[in-house]
Amino acid sequence: MTAAATAPGSHGSDPYALGRDKEGEGGGHGHGQATGRGEGGPASKRIVVGYGFWIYLLSDIIMFSAFFAAYSVLAKQTAGGPTGAEIFGRGRVAIETGCLLLSSYTCGLASLAAARKEAKATLAWLLATGLLGFAFLAIEVQEFASLIGEGAGPQRSAFLSGFFALVGLHGLHVGVGLLWLGTMMAQIWSRGFRPEVERRLLCFNLFWHALDIVWVGVFSIVYLLGTIG
Amino acid sequence: MSDRKPPQDQGDTIPGDESPDTVGPQGAMGYTLGLFLAALLTAASFWAASTDLIWGPAVPAAIVVLAVAQMGVHLAFFLHITTGPDNTNNVIALAFGVFVVVLVIVGSVWVMTHLDHNMHNMPAEAMMRMR
Amino acid sequence: MMLGKLDWSAIPFDQPIPLVAAGTVGLIGLATLVWITRKGHWPYLWKEWITSVDHKRIGVMYTTLALVMLIRGFVDAIMMRTQQSIATGGAQGYLPPEHYDQLFSAHGTIMIFFGAMPFIVGLMNFVVPLQLGVRDVAFPTLNSVSFWLTAAGALLVNMSLVIGEFARTGWLPYAPLSETSYSPGVGVDYYLWAIQIAGVGTLMSGVNLVTTILKMRAPGMSYLRMPMFCWTALGSNMLIVAAFPILTATLAMLTLDRYFGFHFFTNDAGGNMMMFMNLIWAWGHPEVYILILPAFGIFSEIFSTFSGKPLFGYRSMVAATLFIVVVSFTVWLHHFFTMGAGADVNAAFGIATSVIAVGTGVKVFNWLFTMYGGRVRFPTPMLWSLAFMVVFVIGGMTGVLLAVPPADFMLHNSLFLVAHFHNVIVGGVVFGAFAGYTYWFPKAFGFRLDETWGKRAFWPSLIGFTLTFGALYVVGLEGMTRRLQHVEVEEWVPWLHVALAGVGFMLVGVVAQVIQLVVSIRNREALRDTTGDPWDGRSLEWSTASPPPHFNFAVLPDVHGEEVYWGIKQKAIESQQLAEAPAYEHIVMPRNSATGVVTAFFATAIGFALIWHIWWLAGLGFVGAYATFVVFAWRKEEEYEVPADEVREADHARRAAREAWLAQHRDEQVPA
Repeated sequence: MTAAATAPGSHGSDPYALGRDKEGEGGGHGHGQATGRGEGGPASKRIVVGYGFWIYLLSDIIMFSAFFAAYSVLAKQTAGGPTGAEIFGRGRVAIETGCLLLSSYTCGLASLAAARKEAKATLAWLLATGLLGFAFLAIEVQEFASLIGEGAGPQRSAFLSGFFALVGLHGLHVGVGLLWLGTMMAQIWSRGFRPEVERRLLCFNLFWHALDIVWVGVFSIVYLLGTIG
Repeated sequence: MSDRKPPQDQGDTIPGDESPDTVGPQGAMGYTLGLFLAALLTAASFWAASTDLIWGPAVPAAIVVLAVAQMGVHLAFFLHITTGPDNTNNVIALAFGVFVVVLVIVGSVWVMTHLDHNMHNMPAEAMMRMR
Repeated sequence: MMLGKLDWSAIPFDQPIPLVAAGTVGLIGLATLVWITRKGHWPYLWKEWITSVDHKRIGVMYTTLALVMLIRGFVDAIMMRTQQSIATGGAQGYLPPEHYDQLFSAHGTIMIFFGAMPFIVGLMNFVVPLQLGVRDVAFPTLNSVSFWLTAAGALLVNMSLVIGEFARTGWLPYAPLSETSYSPGVGVDYYLWAIQIAGVGTLMSGVNLVTTILKMRAPGMSYLRMPMFCWTALGSNMLIVAAFPILTATLAMLTLDRYFGFHFFTNDAGGNMMMFMNLIWAWGHPEVYILILPAFGIFSEIFSTFSGKPLFGYRSMVAATLFIVVVSFTVWLHHFFTMGAGADVNAAFGIATSVIAVGTGVKVFNWLFTMYGGRVRFPTPMLWSLAFMVVFVIGGMTGVLLAVPPADFMLHNSLFLVAHFHNVIVGGVVFGAFAGYTYWFPKAFGFRLDETWGKRAFWPSLIGFTLTFGALYVVGLEGMTRRLQHVEVEEWVPWLHVALAGVGFMLVGVVAQVIQLVVSIRNREALRDTTGDPWDGRSLEWSTASPPPHFNFAVLPDVHGEEVYWGIKQKAIESQQLAEAPAYEHIVMPRNSATGVVTAFFATAIGFALIWHIWWLAGLGFVGAYATFVVFAWRKEEEYEVPADEVREADHARRAAREAWLAQHRDEQVPA
């Protein structure tokens, strides 16, 4: 947080005038050179909402990190049950990964369409995002169902508990994201691009990309590291 | 985008919005390049896990490095995090988040491995008493 | 079955103590509701408080909740101290073990989560936007949701008094004791859902305040011009955002164990109970600093105001705060040195723990130097602050003692440890909360708290506190472990009597504090703060009226330099006039919203349903919560305009009061 101390720009001899244009002092709100960390007055809503959601996402990722930690600690505790190498199918994970990565891409395109205020294109890209997300979730549910069917459910061993909780938490996020996406699409459909809808779209975009980043961790640590050697 | 910004937001960009100072591909091109790089790194990861070309014990390290690289690609191309001054707040928050994530995962594994190691010398009936 | 596990056997008809207690609380509550209804106060309460999204109102509600819960937790404390001083030798005391176990669990849970946390969050909510010179927090409606979720959690914990039972596992439900095999009842479930619901509220409020501090400041308020309290609030909320998710995750794992037979912390199938300790303390240690950092901020404001000097070493204070934020994440293992990690692990965490004391040491010296050479005044907030400084240094030193692993092996789980953390939490957080409460009370309500009764509350509290925890240090060193329902060793008993006497003194303090409030409300005209600046303050909250208008500032202040308001004030005194009246413009403010209270209603329903396995009700609750969000998302009008005339009128009244103060100041002025 020492950013202010190293902020660029020179401010004469007053060390406390960080980020604030001295000439602006006479003229009210010093617009000219405020360095953009809220020193020119409260930021606009888009900035406030976007940054607040960024902070929330970081906290969400820390929650995932606790589940990653638990999984890593318990990964070898199979209690005589199946190991990762025996139950994980790499092909399925590759398809899941592809779905999610593509949906991240379409979500980005939706945000570009929204910036151009093209409602139809936005909705189309969002629909694509939702369908890809749904496909991902369907594959995951099918994987869970088949594992439970084989007697490799979360009650079988600590390893499986950690696995189901971590991957399930990610799936839960995707599910909640789909609900959010549907609600938001209905809102764009009925209300068009109001500023608050645009802000929510921005937040959804962040949420969806963050879930993809978490998934990179999941497929690397759980599925790939779990199936080698 | 900077022309659309209200005056108090000058020089401040949030994650997800492209910085006005962005160099290199922007808009759809940026996302497409990001998709391409991410797909490449994913493929490399899957390949590293199944190939015999990499020395066995180095495979986990390779997978972790590729994962971190891919996360970086997502941050740069999808979330538009840059190192520019308008992103300082975003990067600091991210750095703090990553710091805690690493502490929680690495710290937990370190602590718990140690406990495990020390407990191995415990006689079986002492273990039973703990149930 | 329709009602899950819930039936008449859940009500403890055979236990008079909880029944009578709950009956009394219920009667008081009922009487209050009847009184409100008969006086016709519901529309006022609904419009001005329950649905309010004003950060000041929400701050006051947080603080009120905290004060009520502190009293509830204090009653638990009285009962525990009494039990330990009479249950010795052949006597069993009046509390059976299963009730005593619920009591110490409820005491810790309530004091930390529903006493200290809401108090601190409430003060931050009230003060931070005022100090930053802005009109509200970043997300006002979310703020209301946060508060009501906290209240919902508090409600669930208190429901456990009569419907079912509370956890018998201590304030942190250590596994495997908290697993279904050893705690089959609903006690742990009450704990889990109450804390999860309140925890979501706390997390949201953390996100809210971090965003407020980083993105919503008056023009010109750069980072290094923020008052110290804002810095410590930033540190505390960064810790909330980074630590509370770990708590949520850990409790979710325990929930999965209990509800679905997962094996995170069980003894069989490869589960690892030590991982519970590991994860819960990865949250738990930062939590201590979440509580104490804002208290440090409060003391900084108070020492500087009542010494008539700027805070000494402002930048080193900022650095020390951020140092503590980072290092607080690297010390969690010191809570379980004895668990069996190797010497290198213990040494690393022991050293980190000792190092973190350096940050606090820097602060203590800065406070001392702030007072040095100042014109020090001693009203009640300053007394709490001075007492804190002495008491906290002692608590800090016993903490450093416990940070040495070999010493910890001797003192782990003893009353020495209990004395230590009460020493820092009561002496630090609670004293800080009371200091802040008396300091900012005039700002919130427009009149001061009675000084005489303030001092009458302070001295017995300090004496009682010293007696109680001094005695507990001694018995702790003599080997008494914590959480004993029955005391076997005769030599400890006299000390336990001393501790009980201390509680008696503290009771006098609590009663005096209640009297102080009543007396002050009665004498409010005499205690009126007309200028908005009762303490000769230095930061922006004192520049607006007391109580502030709902928009806080008629015009956002333009900030030049540190200690903004002090600068404005000195300029006014020098030139013998106020700055020119600005051009008033209309102000846009957020509308009231019932989203918070409705969300909390459904959250309580969901929590209660999950505790008692009433699945249909839980489903209904989720649908209701989703519907609430949709209604919120679809609302058309988020804001309303305050016309420029209203703003002008409010500001003219404030300026008139300031003019009067300036004239009076002129008459009194002594040539320098």
